[in-house]
Amino acid sequence: MLTKRVIPCLDVRNGRVTKGVKFKNNVDLGDPVEMAVGYSGGGADELVFYDITASAEHRPIDIGMVEAVAKAIRIPFAVGGGISCAADMERVLLAGAEKISVNSLAVRNPAIVSEGAKAFGSQCIVLGMDPVKSANRSCPCGYEVTVRGFREFTGIDALEWAKRAVGLGAGEIVVNSVDADGTRAGYELEITRMISDAVGVPVIASGGAGCPAHLVEAFQSAHADAAIVAGIIHSGEWTIADIKSAMAQAGVPTRLHY
Amino acid sequence: MIAIVDYKAGNLTSVRLAFEAVGAEVRVTRDPSAVLSADKVVFPGVGAAGSAMANLKSMGLEDAVRSSALSGRPFLGICLGMQILFERSEEDGGVDTLGILPGTVKKFPEVPGCKIPHMGWNQVNGSTEYYFVHSYYAGLCEWTDGVTEYAGVKFTSAAKKGALRAYQFHPEKSGPAGLRLVREFAEC
Repeated sequence: MLTKRVIPCLDVRNGRVTKGVKFKNNVDLGDPVEMAVGYSGGGADELVFYDITASAEHRPIDIGMVEAVAKAIRIPFAVGGGISCAADMERVLLAGAEKISVNSLAVRNPAIVSEGAKAFGSQCIVLGMDPVKSANRSCPCGYEVTVRGFREFTGIDALEWAKRAVGLGAGEIVVNSVDADGTRAGYELEITRMISDAVGVPVIASGGAGCPAHLVEAFQSAHADAAIVAGIIHSGEWTIADIKSAMAQAGVPTRLHY
Repeated sequence: MIAIVDYKAGNLTSVRLAFEAVGAEVRVTRDPSAVLSADKVVFPGVGAAGSAMANLKSMGLEDAVRSSALSGRPFLGICLGMQILFERSEEDGGVDTLGILPGTVKKFPEVPGCKIPHMGWNQVNGSTEYYFVHSYYAGLCEWTDGVTEYAGVKFTSAAKKGALRAYQFHPEKSGPAGLRLVREFAEC
C-alpha cells in the first residue's frame, strides 16, 4: 500500500524556524538543520521549508540552508519562498531539494508552473495555495485564492485554480486553508476534498492540525494524500510517532519503518 | 571509484550526497571512458525514457552504460535508470531501451483513488517502505528481487542480475533503509 505522508513544515525567518498564527506573531523555534534531522529521524516522510521573509525582502532563497539540509537528511524535501524564476528553481534543486513550492508567484505568473515542469519535471513542482471561504461570485466553489500570506484576495476560484495549475504541470497541490491555519481546530476538509477528488495529482492538506485525529480525518474524509503539520509537533505536544500510531489504528496506511 | 552517470536526466545531487554520506568516493561524469574504467557504476535518472535514451546516444554514453551493465562490475540503476535497463518503454510514444532486463515498461492504469505519479513511501516485498516517484512501471521478470503493488499492478521495484542491482524507488531518499542499500553497493 502506498502510505499517506506526514510532512512537517518549517517556516524559516532570518535563518531560524518560526511559527506564527495566521501568518502573524512569530516565535523562534530553533535551527532549521537540527530540526530537519530531528524530524527525519522521528519518522517524517518528507519536509517542507518556507523561507517566509525572502519574498517580502526581495531577496533570493537562502541556498546555504538548502545545501546544509540536503547534506544532513536522507528524505525528500520541498522548498518555497523567494523563488521568482526558473533559474531560482534550478539553484534550489541543484542544492539538493526534491521539490519547489510556488504560491503567489504562480498566481502572478502561471507560466512559471509550466516552465518549471518542462525544465525539471512535474514531480518537482508543487503548487501551494491559500484558499479562504468566500461569497465572491467569481468563486463558485465557495473558496477564493489569496496571495501574499492572506494579505490579498485574487477573485480566483480555488477549485478552478487547482485544475488549471495541474494542466500547466503542477505535480502536487498544497491546500493551505487560511481560515484553519494555526487554529488547531482541524484541517479545512471541504475544499481539500473538492480539490483532491477533482485532480489526478497528490493533494496535501495544510493548516489547522491540532491532534493526530485531524490527520486521520484529512486522509479518510478529505481524501488527502499527505498532510502538513507544524505547531502540533513544534510545540512538543504530539510527536510524529503519535500521529503515525493514530493513523495505523484508524487503518490509514503509514510508514512505520524509520 | 564509483562513477555516477550524468546524462542530463535529472538532478544528481541527492545521489551524490547519499554516497558521500556513506564515505564512498564518487565522481559525477559525462565521460564514456570514465564510466568504462570505473570500479562501479551508478545509473540514476528522473524524467522521460525517450529523451533519456536520446541523451545517452547523443552524448556517446549508450555503449559505455550497456557494456558496464553487462561487464560483471557492480552496476546500480535507479528509477528511470532502472526502467531504461529493460527492453522497451511505452513512454514518449514508445522507445527501445538498453535490453539488459526482459520486458516492456508501461504506464500505470487509471484507477479511481490512485493518483499518478505513484509518489511517496510504499512497501517492497510487503515490509520496509521506500520512496517512489514514477508514472511508468516494469512488470515482473525472472530477475525481479522486490515487488511493490500500486493501482492494482504488481511491479518490479528491485531487480538483481549478477552484479547488477536496480531499484525503481530512490534509495538515496529513503531514510535509513535506503542508505543501507547505498552502503551495501558502495561496499560490495
